Amino acid sequence: MTQYAEKIALIDYGAGNLHSVYNALKAAGAQSVEVTNDAHYVAAADRIILPGVGAFGACKDALFAIDGMIDALEQRVRGDAIPFLGICVGMQLLADQGVEYGVHEGLGWIKGSVTAFEPSDAIKIPHMGWNEISVSKLHPIANDGLLLSGEAYFLHGYKFDAADDADIIATTDHGGTVTAAVGKDNILGVQFHPEKSQHFGISFLSRFLQWRTHKETHPHIETLPHIETRS
Amino acid sequence: MSVRIRVIPCLDVAGGRVVKGVNFVDLVDAGDPVEQAKAYDAAGADELCFLDITASHEDRGTILDVVRRTAEVCFMPLTVGGGVRSAEDARALLLAGADKVAVNSAAVSNPQVIADIAERFGSQCIVASVDAKRWSDGRDGWEIYTHGGRKPTGIDALEHAQNMERLGAGELLVTSMDRDGTKVGFDVELTRTIADNVAIPVIASGGVGHVDDLVRGVTEGHASAVLAASIFHFGEASIADAHEALRKAGLPARRAAR
Repeated sequence: MTQYAEKIALIDYGAGNLHSVYNALKAAGAQSVEVTNDAHYVAAADRIILPGVGAFGACKDALFAIDGMIDALEQRVRGDAIPFLGICVGMQLLADQGVEYGVHEGLGWIKGSVTAFEPSDAIKIPHMGWNEISVSKLHPIANDGLLLSGEAYFLHGYKFDAADDADIIATTDHGGTVTAAVGKDNILGVQFHPEKSQHFGISFLSRFLQWRTHKETHPHIETLPHIETRS
Repeated sequence: MSVRIRVIPCLDVAGGRVVKGVNFVDLVDAGDPVEQAKAYDAAGADELCFLDITASHEDRGTILDVVRRTAEVCFMPLTVGGGVRSAEDARALLLAGADKVAVNSAAVSNPQVIADIAERFGSQCIVASVDAKRWSDGRDGWEIYTHGGRKPTGIDALEHAQNMERLGAGELLVTSMDRDGTKVGFDVELTRTIADNVAIPVIASGGVGHVDDLVRGVTEGHASAVLAASIFHFGEASIADAHEALRKAGLPARRAAR
């Protein structure tokens, strides 16, 4: 197994399954993973992972309540453009806002909002279980081979409605098309749980650990026009 | 294709050991739940369920240790049930590495525990167990039982299931106490009655003797997931056999694990 010596910050803001993500990162080859709520550590990390389980508002409040954390994230992720991965609610927090038990502002790094699945006889809510990921070949991050099509484990009752289709890397289907991954430059978010997706998830995390981001490697790349994702 | 029908093997654990045997070959210690969990992970099980049937509450540390060690080596969703009485019990299991907790007797004696857990950790992590048996007085429908099927409650199963959903359960584990251990198939009428009247997913449980029973749990019982113990443990069917039977019936199921 390849080992990656970079400092990985796994942000602890009291949201759920940190240890599962930690174990999966170790299995994917990460050597130095710090489960941390220390903004100073985050400000010096080489890669940052924001996990998440639970409700949008509670997660957002907990994250924003950590002294200096938002500033550290803004500086390191948006300023220095280091690789960032949000998982599940950690991905949803990238949006402008979430509508779960009230309207809450998100980080606003990827335009869009997080809304509930519409109840219908055709689907059960939450969206729970393994589902197909269809990758848009035209998104630069997909083009890197970072995220592949396949089956991954989902568990969520709310979904990311991206304002700009060009930010959608992959979709799945649950009573209609649902965003499975979003991305922009060095910022990546996945709705599925790589830490619970067996081989598919571990190999994805392993690629994330090696990923050279678009801001780092292609500073002048322009956003590609949106073309329908494969279904 | 849409979300896959989940195939969930369930292991009964007491005092940190698996109670019913498993005849997987090549297991270093066939009584160790972690070894068996690894085998099911490698076999491509969609989720795994541990049921802690340890009688005394004092032994809770044992299951926490099993969950912790399992979460270090298995990268699949893990549900743990048995003896969960409070949000604190749920928290300890979730921190140890469980993804969901199944609440059984406590959800009957104190339904508020479901709301407590939902509020603190989210609906996605609560499975409400619905252990039901046909009314013994000939009435239509099913009665809720607790304490491993020994204690009748006088509560209607469908009403209870809908109450669990209202309180915030993210999923229902519906077990027919009439069928449990019989190997004659699920009580699909029970499964369907509940699945058609709630918006959350239903796991069918109790009575599986053949992979075709799993298929009927979905086609006739309208379940989103199927749970079984002995057919998998004793090698009568593999997880791949279950997935294949579902796919042959035109249902969405995962492809072979890699």
